[in-house]
Amino acid sequence: MTTESNAILAARDLSVWFSARRPSVFAKRRWVRAVDGISLTVMAGETLGIVGESGCGKTTLGRTLVLLTRPTSGHVEFAGRELTALSSRTLRAARRRLQMIFQDPYASLDPRQAVEAIVGEPLRIVGIAAAKRRQRVAELLDLVGLGAETMRRLPREFSGGQRQRIGIARALAADPQLIICDEPLSALDVSVQAQIVNLLLRLQRELSLTYVFISHDLAVVRQIADRVAVMYLGTIVELAQTEQLFRAPRHPYSVALLSAVPTLATEGDTDPTPVLLSGDPPSPVNLPTGCRFHTRCWLREKLGNPAICAEQPPALAGDTMHQAACHFADETAAHAAPLLRPERAS
Amino acid sequence: MSAPAVETTSVTPAANPGRGTALLRLVRRNPALVASLALLAIVVAAAILSPLLPYDAYRQDILHRNARPSLQHWFGTDELGRDMTARLAVGARVSLIVALTSSLIAVAIGVVIGMVAGYLGGLSDSTIMRFVDSMYAFPETLFAILIASLVKGQLAGQSTGLLAPLAEAYRLSGGLLGVLLTLGFTCWLTTSRLVRSQVLSLKNAEYVLASRLAGASHTFIIRTHLLPNSLPVILVAVTFVVPNAILLEAGLSFIGVGVDPPTPSWGTMIAGGVQSIQSYPHLLIAPAVAIGATLLALNVVGDALRDLFDPALRASRRG
Repeated sequence: MTTESNAILAARDLSVWFSARRPSVFAKRRWVRAVDGISLTVMAGETLGIVGESGCGKTTLGRTLVLLTRPTSGHVEFAGRELTALSSRTLRAARRRLQMIFQDPYASLDPRQAVEAIVGEPLRIVGIAAAKRRQRVAELLDLVGLGAETMRRLPREFSGGQRQRIGIARALAADPQLIICDEPLSALDVSVQAQIVNLLLRLQRELSLTYVFISHDLAVVRQIADRVAVMYLGTIVELAQTEQLFRAPRHPYSVALLSAVPTLATEGDTDPTPVLLSGDPPSPVNLPTGCRFHTRCWLREKLGNPAICAEQPPALAGDTMHQAACHFADETAAHAAPLLRPERAS
Repeated sequence: MSAPAVETTSVTPAANPGRGTALLRLVRRNPALVASLALLAIVVAAAILSPLLPYDAYRQDILHRNARPSLQHWFGTDELGRDMTARLAVGARVSLIVALTSSLIAVAIGVVIGMVAGYLGGLSDSTIMRFVDSMYAFPETLFAILIASLVKGQLAGQSTGLLAPLAEAYRLSGGLLGVLLTLGFTCWLTTSRLVRSQVLSLKNAEYVLASRLAGASHTFIIRTHLLPNSLPVILVAVTFVVPNAILLEAGLSFIGVGVDPPTPSWGTMIAGGVQSIQSYPHLLIAPAVAIGATLLALNVVGDALRDLFDPALRASRRG
């Protein structure tokens, strides 16, 4: 990790609580803690991966970082400005260089607008004249590999991958410094996924972009991210340099995630049995006491159910290269080694 | 785009693909639509061309009162000897003007209220929608009668001051203005609900989020995304509101709080016809059939328009 001065986006103690539907008017109001006290910094030029299973709050975190969702508490700072302190009017201009690529390429483009209008919208909003706008849209479409002749067509004439390229062009139109990619690949075919990943990597090089890449696909994250944050039930349980995390995870949940990735075993491989977690993650309405993961933790059993796990929530601790929120991070590392596949000779 | 057009080339060789052929195919598949369109065309033509008819809708002919339909008077004459054909045609004009204008007012009110409620959400939404609910709970016809008598009471007398120009317009329009206002204020409820629910689902669409991220103002988002994408729903609302307005106008005129005599509207003609239903049933049947057929035709056309403008439906028909 580089020095703090290099940070482009910083979140401090970010929490987003949604009020859950009450069973009756008289019942006490209950909260879904989608994001619960997350702090993280994103360095200029890096790609920060955020992984976790469905419902862990990844998407909410992404939307809160750009303040599409206002946090219940906590602060977001972007390029030296505290976004959370701004009124919605000033926020509009302040976050223009903070853009997002969305998950569903079918829902993220207005079905009634032509490509030119979609990609040109961020330019139109700041009042750029039509002729100049058209020229810029043509450039952007070229940049994402679509070609300017697609300008007059409607979204429904495009495939998922092409739509995602249009979405990327729209994000680029605002001349962003940082792009939040909210599972941009999960709706695409594998072959198309690779194209989009390559496009994102090329754009990052050419335009010196910073990415926050939200995904549940560990292989893609490993390929694209410099650092990875693992989320579980609204908190970050592990934050590390990508290779560190994949080689020597220090949180039992990360170990379980990594061992669950299917691979093609060649003959003679000793395929370690994956760590399977039992049950579903607990409801974010009724969070477990202590460590959030203790109800499903495989390590806790091996260690003879130490009381501290159920009593005290662990803090994210470690050096700047590798932090984990586990009371027994060292033990995790020791137990994890035989569980994960040995690195193939490469 | 060209593949589906090939199937239809047997009938229309030079079919150019797009909304035009979609409409053509719809007509071929839906003869009821053709009949309805034809009927509406006749009604509209009669309304527009009514001054060209040989008889004046207002000229009385005491010697030929209550005449049965004949070659001279296609639909007979009424109790004052006025030609029923001319009166039906002028009545069509009144009914259509009332229906279209009041629908425009009602839909505009409904769209604004639904848009505001859906877009703002939260407390404003609850407040507005509870108000709409309470309006719903009130019988529509009763409410219309109340407003109509209120408007009539305010405007029909000798009013001075602020209301004077309105009262003048009311007199000139032969009571039409009162009906317009009444229907406009009565018929917007369903529209507002439809638009609100559409806006609720649209305002968190990812393309709206992208627009917000690009720095769009609320008016920009409403203008470029929410309104255009609510258009099918608004259209559906119009197809509900127009027939309803015709019906309500007839009802109001029937009980005497709508259009003032001698201006003929289908409602006032029915009211007149009822009085002599046993001796001269044609005086009742003609306007009643006119209203019934027009409403039916409007509903058929509304259904077809709904199909045509729904992109999802159209896509599934293509596939």
